Amino acid sequence: MIVLDLALKSLRNRAFSTSLTVGSIALSVALLIGVENVRTGMRESFSNTISQTDLIVGVKGGTIQLLLYSVFGMGAPTENISWEAHREWAEHPAVAWTIPYSLGDSHRGFRVVGTNEDFFRHYRYRGGQEIALAEGRANEDLFDVTLGADVAAELNYGLGDEVAVTHGLGEVGFVNHDHMPFTVSGVLARTFTPVDRAIYVTLEGMEAIHWEDGAPPASDDEHDHEHPVDIAIEDVEVTQVTSFFVGTTNRRDVLQLQRQINDHEDEPMMAVIPGVALNEMWQGIGYAETGLRLVTIFVVLVGLLGMLVSLYTSLNERRREMAILRAVGAGPNRIVALLVMESACLAAAGAIAGLVLVYGLLAAGQPIVEAQTGLFIPIRPPGLVEWLFLGAVVAAGFLMGFVPALKAYRTALHDGLAVRV
Amino acid sequence: MTFAIDLENLRFRYGGGPWVLDIPELTLDRGERAFLFGPSGSGKTTLLGVLAGVLEADKGRVGVLGRDLATLSAAARDAFRAEHIGYVFQMFNLIPYLSVIDNITLPARMNPERRARVDGAGVKQTALRLAASLEIDDLLRKPVTELSVGQQQRVAACRALIGSPELVIADEPTSSLDFDRREAFLRLLFLQCERAGSTLVFVSHDRTLEGMFTRSISLPEINEAALR
Repeated sequence: MIVLDLALKSLRNRAFSTSLTVGSIALSVALLIGVENVRTGMRESFSNTISQTDLIVGVKGGTIQLLLYSVFGMGAPTENISWEAHREWAEHPAVAWTIPYSLGDSHRGFRVVGTNEDFFRHYRYRGGQEIALAEGRANEDLFDVTLGADVAAELNYGLGDEVAVTHGLGEVGFVNHDHMPFTVSGVLARTFTPVDRAIYVTLEGMEAIHWEDGAPPASDDEHDHEHPVDIAIEDVEVTQVTSFFVGTTNRRDVLQLQRQINDHEDEPMMAVIPGVALNEMWQGIGYAETGLRLVTIFVVLVGLLGMLVSLYTSLNERRREMAILRAVGAGPNRIVALLVMESACLAAAGAIAGLVLVYGLLAAGQPIVEAQTGLFIPIRPPGLVEWLFLGAVVAAGFLMGFVPALKAYRTALHDGLAVRV
Repeated sequence: MTFAIDLENLRFRYGGGPWVLDIPELTLDRGERAFLFGPSGSGKTTLLGVLAGVLEADKGRVGVLGRDLATLSAAARDAFRAEHIGYVFQMFNLIPYLSVIDNITLPARMNPERRARVDGAGVKQTALRLAASLEIDDLLRKPVTELSVGQQQRVAACRALIGSPELVIADEPTSSLDFDRREAFLRLLFLQCERAGSTLVFVSHDRTLEGMFTRSISLPEINEAALR
């Protein structure tokens, strides 16, 4: 205990260099924990995008690709599946509900998603929260659109504004259907998921976007439409969807249903379990994460090396102190213990300060990040990984303390009681 | 009753260098106040290091308080020093980051035997009493870095004396004091050594102080290494 007391008092005496050292370790630890926190936060945020959906069904292809385009609005679908196939599965006894999606178009960089009222009824995110309208009503008519919160905010659209939809993805599409008179009927409440960055139209509306010359291809129609506005939604036939979400009546049926869909021979389709596909995706980007983690670990090592340098360079001016300690009966082992203790205390103080710093920053930054990027970073108490990291930092500080300590040990043995200052 | 110090054919050198100490014989009775003198380089500080058990003799017997330090391990010598020996340096005696009282009580906190030897009043009370007897009790709240050299040496004397060690070694503790203070310091040191029953080995090259001691030892005369 006397050694700990000496170590603490010695560190306090060198307050400036101690606080610099603790500060640099704290910053590095904050980076380490912060990256870890944001990383898991991102994962959580991704996982929170979709909730209570048991299967995502689309055309056969890559599972991650299906997940990306149907849930996260990233990448392009390759092919569609027929409306009949969707209906067939929607009526399967194990299926409680489906949400059909028709994808592939955009408006000024935002995705246009064709879906129906099932989206509003069944879509869940972050632990079962429902889609809600901030203003207006859900799109019901052929040329109604409902905007995600970000779309409305960034494009400065309000109820009643006209929206021109582009065929194809990207800023400028192949055909600009300026004459397609889509009108904003509602704006969704913010969800902090990709839902905020999409424009919702009816499945029929989506079909309408794809008409050539702005008229339905069905020439046997008894009416002669002069303008698409005159077409009623009931007159439009939905022929295909890109993918659909499935909720089962009983979750135990999920695997069996998945197998049935995958093995179905009429139309090549596949069903993926969102959680499984997400895990696959994380495995894919695991290398980048490992790299990032390695970098932050090296930053911590640099912080600890700074401590090492500071302790080591202080040794020369502490030779007198070591001689006094020797004179009052401290063996060289106690000198070693003193320096190791100082090093471990610095590392521990740095670790604790870093923990406080990172949670302070997260608490302060969370609303800002949320407002700026729409990314919700949940603040979690330090988990096992964080405690392991902190323990490793203190252990590394403890071990590194042996470098100056062994130097002091040799000096103490050499100097004995005779130090000429 | 054993001697406080009895050396026999003591030889010491640093590494493989020339002999620094070669003392055929030296004995010192308990309770004496010994004045050990010699010019710079005659091996005074080295001898003190050997007596304190910090330096290990290469040959011969290093009898201190009846124990032969030459037969003890380094750790045992450290423990022996902590328990039985008080040490005062020439200067810079104090640990800068400890308070005056913490500096004084350091040996007692370092070694349980030394703590046990503090009389019933407790370590802190004993430190206060020693401080009062060396007339520094008004300085206890000051940071040690603000003490004058004379004050520092008195704090160091208190530290050497706490727990009444049988042997007090002082390495030119008065060389940075002016003459009046030198005498005053010595009288206080003698008084406390007497009270504690400690033997005092006092090293100096200043022979004006010699008359105050009961025994006077010229290191160049007993150390044959210095003759060569």
